[in-house]
Amino acid sequence: MASTNKDSSHAFTIETMDSNTRTLRQHPRLLRYPVVLALALAAALTVLVPRAEAQDNIFTGTNSGAGSIRIAVADFKPLAADAQTIALRQTFDATLYADLASAGIFDIVSKSLMPSGSPGTPAEIQLPGYANAPASASFVAFGSLTVAGGRLVTNGFLFDAKNLQYPQVLAKQYNEEPSEDSSRQVAHRFADEIILRLGGGTPGISQTKIVYVKKAGADKDIWMMDYDGANQHQITHLGTSAMSPRISPDNSRLAFASLGKYGFQLKMYSLLLGRYVNFPGGSGSGASPAWAPSGNEIAYSAAPNGAFDIWIADSNGNLARRITSFRGGNVSPTYNPKTGDQMAFISGRTGLPQLYIMNSDGSSVQQMTDGGYASSPSWSPNGQFVAFAWDRKYGPGAPGGQDIYVMEVATKKWIQLTHDSGRCDFPSWSPDGRHIAYADSSDGRAEHNRIWTMLADGSQRRPLTGPGADMPNWSWK
Amino acid sequence: MTSARSFQPQTIRTISVQAALLLTIALATVTGCSHKNKTQINPASLGPTVSTATTPAPTATFSADPLAIDLGQSVVLNWRTTDATAVSIDGIGKVNANGTQTVSPSTSTNFHLVATGDGGTVEANVRVTVRIPVAPTVPTDTTNQGSTADMGSDAVFHQNVADMFFDYDSYTLRPDGETSAAKAAAYLVAHPDIRVVLGGYCDDRGSAEYNLALGENRANAAKTALVNAGVAASRVRVVSYGKEKQFCTDEDEACWQQNRRAQFSLDR
Repeated sequence: MASTNKDSSHAFTIETMDSNTRTLRQHPRLLRYPVVLALALAAALTVLVPRAEAQDNIFTGTNSGAGSIRIAVADFKPLAADAQTIALRQTFDATLYADLASAGIFDIVSKSLMPSGSPGTPAEIQLPGYANAPASASFVAFGSLTVAGGRLVTNGFLFDAKNLQYPQVLAKQYNEEPSEDSSRQVAHRFADEIILRLGGGTPGISQTKIVYVKKAGADKDIWMMDYDGANQHQITHLGTSAMSPRISPDNSRLAFASLGKYGFQLKMYSLLLGRYVNFPGGSGSGASPAWAPSGNEIAYSAAPNGAFDIWIADSNGNLARRITSFRGGNVSPTYNPKTGDQMAFISGRTGLPQLYIMNSDGSSVQQMTDGGYASSPSWSPNGQFVAFAWDRKYGPGAPGGQDIYVMEVATKKWIQLTHDSGRCDFPSWSPDGRHIAYADSSDGRAEHNRIWTMLADGSQRRPLTGPGADMPNWSWK
Repeated sequence: MTSARSFQPQTIRTISVQAALLLTIALATVTGCSHKNKTQINPASLGPTVSTATTPAPTATFSADPLAIDLGQSVVLNWRTTDATAVSIDGIGKVNANGTQTVSPSTSTNFHLVATGDGGTVEANVRVTVRIPVAPTVPTDTTNQGSTADMGSDAVFHQNVADMFFDYDSYTLRPDGETSAAKAAAYLVAHPDIRVVLGGYCDDRGSAEYNLALGENRANAAKTALVNAGVAASRVRVVSYGKEKQFCTDEDEACWQQNRRAQFSLDR
């Protein structure tokens, strides 16, 4: 497949890229639409396939060919000088800056290029100082913050720096308990408002969560953290080996697999009730659950008769029915979250495990990779791409690494997102489709796995956890 | 008299129902006559065919009350025989033709009574079930309580039942695995009380979720070999551990090979 991909894509690569970039240049407001990333990725796919084959490391921006929105984020003005206000303002500023910087749609003005001082109100801001060189910002986020009367009061504004007559885009006030965590949450909420307005109507992800597996000694339990790695806390305390956590579309429940006397079996934890709820997974092994976007069904792999196949049950574990019937192991289903009508999965029916897609009733099975060792698919929220881990040169003694790849489902064209950074696995799309969380072990050893995020084009990689964290799963909202 | 009829030779039952019925009635009539003829009928008038009447087959009834006891309780055996010259019960020895005996067996026992007479030999059985409480602690080697003691020690088990190893990403039994399977199956067939867990394991390369399927397939390949060699499938429980429980953690082929295995352990 790789070679045909290379040959066939090469002929019209230039044309495709040109038409895309021309479109974007002529209509810069396309940036406001969520298709921008898709177009950019499609362009990147067609451009990068031949070069990825040549082992080049290519890192392009998410909006390659389209330019990001340049935004200045002024430090918020503390309206009191007490220690608590100063400390919470520092947390707020750092969180807001990080949220906007990692959103994937902004070009952030360096603080050294901005006018000095902290404008706290619209009356205090001098917009030309932000609009003119060297800041050259299109938008400015600013505001004030104080702890008064036992409440943390935050006023946030977003101004169009080049519209001096009607500059206000956004004005928000937040009134919360004064704490480190709430100042962080307020920053997340304000960042999501900005991203929603400037990011083409796609909601931000600053308030989303990531569930993952954390290894402590010989045990593995399920943990949860904020999308930026803050607030890491333990969810399950089973003291055995848990794996494959998958959070439900409404954030109410957590499905995962856990090792017991009868092998790995599915378990269900209610995040609302704070306890386990019954989930009859049937006899035999059960693993790798996946929520349908409706939240009404769960696909999973199970081996009640000795061979792993994909099954679907309702969200309470009842009415289980088998979808695949091939020896060799069928695991790791993931629904197309856009439609719910298709799923991707991994099957070893032809030897080494490969990536497949099929309709959710088991029909129209299609093989997507035909070489190497593929695992851990995650279908993008817009339905267009499948991210997965792939070791294209897998074999005894074969050199090669397991990296994160993204394949466009319609064309089977793929790009490689990670390069030579160790063994990568378990990509999971953020709900805005702009980010991918994944596990990466620099030396290939499981206990050194950390969870990372990157933009969906492979840029802006950064770790979220320390070693011992694995199998991230990004919440749906 | 009715009890005597129930101890007629068993071959009668194998004949068709009608024939058995006729024959039973006929024989009952004959034996019935043989008892009455002492006072009423001249035996010579019945002709030479009734020679059995002079030496009738012995009969025996054998019962126990109650049929089931708890360990330490006693049970009364009760037997009645006719036309027997010697009666014995296994484990008790020679006894009278009719009698009772109180016994207190320590395990469930089949009491076997043999009554021998001029007309032949008849046997009767009664089974006394002894309910043995399950010991709350780990049974010692000297007792034979519960089902766990029947399995023998882990050391003996592992001397005879060896793990099977697999090639990379394969769940096909290799020749050495076939040898291990044959040896293991022979041991398990000879020790029917042993139940085993077959754990499927993989080396730590590859996908954690896919390796669960691979481990399941490896354990099932080993199980299939055992079943084909005569081990009941219900005695073998398969658990796939995937790459979760590593035997060793070195990143080299020697260690990976150790981890790619189907491992036996006693299913206690």
